[in-house]
Amino acid sequence: MDRIPILKLGHSLLVTIQVDMHDRLAMALEEDLTQKIVSSGAKGVLIDISALEIVDSFIGRTLANIAGVSRMLDADTVVVGMRPAVAITLVELGLSLPGVRTALNAERGMALISRRVAEADRDGAADAPDVHGDE
Amino acid sequence: MSTVTSEVLAIRTGDDVVRVRQGVRTAASKAGLSLVDQTKIITAASELARNTLDYGGGGTARIELVQEPMRRGVRIIFEDQGPGIPDVEQALSDGFTTGRGLGLGLGGSKRLCNEFRIETEAGKGTRVTIARWR
Repeated sequence: MDRIPILKLGHSLLVTIQVDMHDRLAMALEEDLTQKIVSSGAKGVLIDISALEIVDSFIGRTLANIAGVSRMLDADTVVVGMRPAVAITLVELGLSLPGVRTALNAERGMALISRRVAEADRDGAADAPDVHGDE
Repeated sequence: MSTVTSEVLAIRTGDDVVRVRQGVRTAASKAGLSLVDQTKIITAASELARNTLDYGGGGTARIELVQEPMRRGVRIIFEDQGPGIPDVEQALSDGFTTGRGLGLGLGGSKRLCNEFRIETEAGKGTRVTIARWR
């Protein structure tokens, strides 16, 4: 069975979705990512969807699930590289991807994750109870 | 003179949903739809193909490339012999779902099309026709 590769880069896991996602592939990605977050202790998950020509409610739900599960495991998910036509279509479809953080490109997504890791380290050193809270 | 070229694709598995998307993409591109309009009709087709699979128990998608003097575009007709939709009005409202989806399929798809028609009969099946014109 096909699987989407997951790369580790510093504190983060990097996933580039390049194929037309079908059900089994989406579920396999969710499972693989979950395991990899735990085994690697990653603090962030960067999902690059710049190759995706469409995002329908199924793919949207997969992204939202991944973000939800990652959060449970103390990792932030950032979806990057959404095409303009996809953004327009998603809004009209009524899918706002709740709980999914986005960034324009991979570079900004990584910066976002690095910033949050730095914040968590600082707060963690001060033994703050809510290490991932927003300011 | 109007020309209609069409192909019929079976929808039996999740992979077929991907094939429907690819077929619609090809037709939408030939019809000369803008990139945004192509994305909208492919997304709507993906939602409806999934409905055909999940709620209709499988069926077919007929993809038509329409070239008429007054208009060019893509029309897709989804048919299944499933249980039908008891309350179309309710099924079209956002947030309504009987399955594992987000409940955006029908209402959301309607917003992405220029034409949208549902014919359904309890116990007989459902036919959804959508179109996007240039």
